[in-house]
Amino acid sequence: MTYRLESRDKVTGRARYAFEYPVQDPAYLSAVQAHAGRGEVVSVDTESARRFPGVLAVLSCENAPRLAEPSHGELAVFQSRTVSYRGQFVAAVVAETLETAREAARLVRVEYAAEEPDVLLYTNHPGLYKPEQVNAGIATDTELGDPDGAFADSAVRVDVTYTTPAEHNNPMEPHTTTAQWNEDGTLTLYESTQGPSSHQRTLAQIFGLDKDQVRVVSTHVGGGFGSKGTPRPNSVLAAMAAREVGRPVKFAVPRQQMFATTGYRTPTIQRMRLGAAPDGRLDAIMHDVVEQTSTVEEFAEQAAAPTRVMYRAPHRRTTHRVTRLDVPTPSWMRAPGETPGMYALESAMDELAVAAGVDPVELRIRNDPDREPESGLPFSSRNLVACLEEGADRFGWAGRDPAPRARRVGRKLLGTGVAAATYPARRNPGRATARAESDGTFTVRIAASDIGTGARTALALIAAETLKADLDLVRMEVGDSSFPTASVAGGSSGTASWGTAVVRACESLRGRLNGAVPPEGIEASADTTSELKAEEEYARHGFGAHFVEVEVDMDTGEVRVPRMLGVFAVGRIINPVTARSQFIGGMTMGIGMALMEESVMDGEFGDYLNRDLAQYHVPSCADVRDIEAVWVEESDPHLNPMGSKGIGEIGIVGAAAAVGNAVAHACGVRTRDLPITPAKLLPHL
Amino acid sequence: MDMPIHADITLNVNGREHRLTVDTRASLLDVLREDLGLTGSKKGCDHGQCGACTILLDGRRANGCLALAVAHDGADIVTVEGLAQDGELSAVQRAFIENDAFQCGYCTPGQLCSATAVLDEAARGWPSAVTGDLASAPPLDDTEIRERMSGNLCRCGAYVGIVAALREAAGEPNRAAADPLGAARQIREGARA
Amino acid sequence: MRPFAYARATTAEDAMAEHDSGAYYLGGGTNLVDLMRLGVEEPSKLVDVTRLPYDRIERDPDGTLLIGAAVTNSGLAADRTVREEFPMLAKAVLSGASGQLRNLATVGGNLLQRTRCPYFQDASKPCNKREPGTGCPARDGENQNLAIMGHSAACVATHPSDMAVALMALDASVRVLARDGERTVPLDGFYRLPGNEPERDTTLDPGDLITGVVVPPLRVPAVYRKVRERASFAFALVSVAAALEVRGGTIQDVRLALGGVAHKPWRARNAEDVLRGAALTGEAFARAADAELAAAEPLGHNGYKVPLARNLIVQALTELGERS
Repeated sequence: MTYRLESRDKVTGRARYAFEYPVQDPAYLSAVQAHAGRGEVVSVDTESARRFPGVLAVLSCENAPRLAEPSHGELAVFQSRTVSYRGQFVAAVVAETLETAREAARLVRVEYAAEEPDVLLYTNHPGLYKPEQVNAGIATDTELGDPDGAFADSAVRVDVTYTTPAEHNNPMEPHTTTAQWNEDGTLTLYESTQGPSSHQRTLAQIFGLDKDQVRVVSTHVGGGFGSKGTPRPNSVLAAMAAREVGRPVKFAVPRQQMFATTGYRTPTIQRMRLGAAPDGRLDAIMHDVVEQTSTVEEFAEQAAAPTRVMYRAPHRRTTHRVTRLDVPTPSWMRAPGETPGMYALESAMDELAVAAGVDPVELRIRNDPDREPESGLPFSSRNLVACLEEGADRFGWAGRDPAPRARRVGRKLLGTGVAAATYPARRNPGRATARAESDGTFTVRIAASDIGTGARTALALIAAETLKADLDLVRMEVGDSSFPTASVAGGSSGTASWGTAVVRACESLRGRLNGAVPPEGIEASADTTSELKAEEEYARHGFGAHFVEVEVDMDTGEVRVPRMLGVFAVGRIINPVTARSQFIGGMTMGIGMALMEESVMDGEFGDYLNRDLAQYHVPSCADVRDIEAVWVEESDPHLNPMGSKGIGEIGIVGAAAAVGNAVAHACGVRTRDLPITPAKLLPHL
Repeated sequence: MDMPIHADITLNVNGREHRLTVDTRASLLDVLREDLGLTGSKKGCDHGQCGACTILLDGRRANGCLALAVAHDGADIVTVEGLAQDGELSAVQRAFIENDAFQCGYCTPGQLCSATAVLDEAARGWPSAVTGDLASAPPLDDTEIRERMSGNLCRCGAYVGIVAALREAAGEPNRAAADPLGAARQIREGARA
Repeated sequence: MRPFAYARATTAEDAMAEHDSGAYYLGGGTNLVDLMRLGVEEPSKLVDVTRLPYDRIERDPDGTLLIGAAVTNSGLAADRTVREEFPMLAKAVLSGASGQLRNLATVGGNLLQRTRCPYFQDASKPCNKREPGTGCPARDGENQNLAIMGHSAACVATHPSDMAVALMALDASVRVLARDGERTVPLDGFYRLPGNEPERDTTLDPGDLITGVVVPPLRVPAVYRKVRERASFAFALVSVAAALEVRGGTIQDVRLALGGVAHKPWRARNAEDVLRGAALTGEAFARAADAELAAAEPLGHNGYKVPLARNLIVQALTELGERS
């Protein structure tokens, strides 16, 4: 039980985020977005903006300095006249005040040679192709046995298509950069990033600098959920502008602009085919995914990846097809792949349970595999069954009547649903240092980023345990690229990756501690690259189960979630306080995914239309009622020195399916298209 | 483009008086953050849709992003920086820590100001949309807390902790520290005297 | 945001003298500042009317309520008389926005909030309301949340206020001070349908100043019910304000207004006509709802609002019937 180390700073307003560093004489940036959905910038008229008092510079493709070709196309800010999607940044104004910058940006006139954009995803889009691999370096397609034949021969068949909409991460802190060029030609970026080290590398390359000439500071980050996992155009733009005007430049992307420039989850169309024996044992599983990417960069989400992990079946196939539309490049959003994929798989499992007349908890237990079904690898640990059983017990699942529309209170129909969760337990190499100070304290440094996960606190606990020191003797420093290189806070890999480096650095330090510490201290460092290369081959995944109760208003189609329980098996829990918050936070986002989150593509103009928080709804306090997360004991020696699996993403995985399954149980209506809104539900009630 | 228009105003923030010249377009939020260096109040949407900018304005919670500074000349303001007194955290601040009522912390200053005001509104007997009998002074149960805190979005999903924190702070017998506005006023009047 | 002059008025005369072409009155600013920051509204001057002496709620001996235009939404909802004698109005006000927004927002400003539509709010796109003559992309575009009643070829936006729906059902009137004197405008005539002039949400003339709202007494049960997919802090998909007077199993009088369905709060007079004098039965409620919604013209993506409005009417009347 350890409260966040930075708690006091966060409740007193002292915790500084990227926009808030006191730099000398800052200028403010406001960006102009493309009003064409596709085409070329013909001309940029900056005269009236430039003439205005207080305007320091106007940048666009007509005058921007040339940059090195970036590793990601979205970062080639103002490097060509091509407009790849509506809302792309095409110009920017730097001014003495925010108000002047914003107003002058409105005066920049951009002429386009516009073409009709192609922005809508559909099943037989002519541009669909098979990418070489999908996100996280995973195989695009897999096949075992004869899935078509086995499916055709199955006694019980489910063949359904689910669709999920584009969704936006919407961290509360907008993507923000304060950029400052120093006298020695180095660049300091106060940045809302999940990865100070990778951000440093990327920006250094773009500006032709050595890595060490760029410093990225992200002491506190106001959420990211994947969208701050890679640098965004705001960072390049602020750095470019700061060099241009010779002053620090601050830029927080306005909420409306975030919908085009800071990433989102691709919409998906997923056909699920499950073939089973009369008792529900699976013979065939087929999961075919269609999704979008942009013309700027390929991002292919691995939505069918969890289907390769979850259930036993001799005959199986998974495929991914993407098409390049004139849209912003989709990217990571909390559990990319697993989140939309498990929505489809776990909804289909519920439909199979209904079709086979088997209890949905029992169905999952019957199909639990001994080894990872597609790779054949042994699991380092797999306790899905324990999660299902523990959850069923705590939730009061036993004796559930599977009949729909069977429970009614007033004008509300009640129902319950279950779904499984899974997420890979990954590690990435990195470094850390541990110092013993002469005053008896320790300083541990790593360029990790605490985006609200509790990483700072977890790492301090890990360091204290390894050093056999009291927690208050450990100074844990993260969020600065000048600290030892660390991997990005993504893929739920942070604590496992960084924790390994911290343990090794602390072990090394302890080995060198021998009596008094000299005034200059003793420092030890560690690099986990070779340790990770020597890892044994195991299928490493966390598992979990969601149990949900919903009420559906028969007159309005409103769905509310009075009760939700998550049970997880994720190795050793390092800090119960922050772990519980991570699970519940993911589950809460799952309620949003199930019931309200949807970025609506405007087919005529080609941008996401509902681009603010009054139109793109995320759950409010009133949407979250009795919600709890617990975990089962799991000891796994094949993971890392802490015995932990990642916990940041698994909470959202399967959550939307559990809600949808409960809705179907409540009212007998299966909405296979998220989110489940009154508009979709009411006509069928 | 028209020239910016400026106005002289006075703001009393966390018990200190500030005389300022502001652009008529400037929000209280931007004046607090950029002119006064009080960056505790956050900008999440700049359109009154998230609540991260919530401050206590003349004793009432308000969205600093939609309040034009020029229209609040002479206002008494308490921000998150003014909730603790003499280094001692308020009951609400302590309860937020002890219930892990935040993760990334970005919505937290707004949540804290809002929570502080919710306790005050409940003490005044104000009803909410979920109050059954609107003529009654409803007890601050979880349903009431959830509805009243719904103007502060938290994307990390810390609502469970936030509700628990309010429940706990509401139950504290001595809530003197939950009246930061009164205390701030005393400080200011003391400074003038 | 375009630079603007600012003037604070302390009397109505001041305010009207300060109001010139291009000027807007400023209440709490919760809608106006939002739209100014989007570049949708571009006043050259704001005349702050929050300090005018219209910050009181008074009750006449006959029970008529006079709400000053500068009363905040929270002040209105917390008022003892309002809570005891007009709880449906308090409920509607509390159903809107958030606690912190209601502290800023004023009654006059609430009445004058602009209709909502995603295209209206995006200054980079055509919109007849924002720039007359440029077209209405919402009509054949993303109109899931837009109007099903009373819309025109020019505009399909909806009025977002909860309070105004309640006031519409309560037969409230708006007190307006004009240069040529004061007038009282029934709310139904205060708001207008878009027709060929969608840029005009109300019948006010430039410079007209709202000083208050008059609400005649209501001594029968009333309810306000709002539907939204998020449990709080969201605009209505559809809302209903209803009041019902029953004597001896017969409906004597009824008031019914809908929110979220039209360019103005929609007084369901056809439904009321069906109900007045009818027996208190579920069948009558359904017949009344159908009579009102016969005129509905749903757009491509908002057909669900028709059954939703129907069910809400029936639900509200059923609840009131059980109470009387």
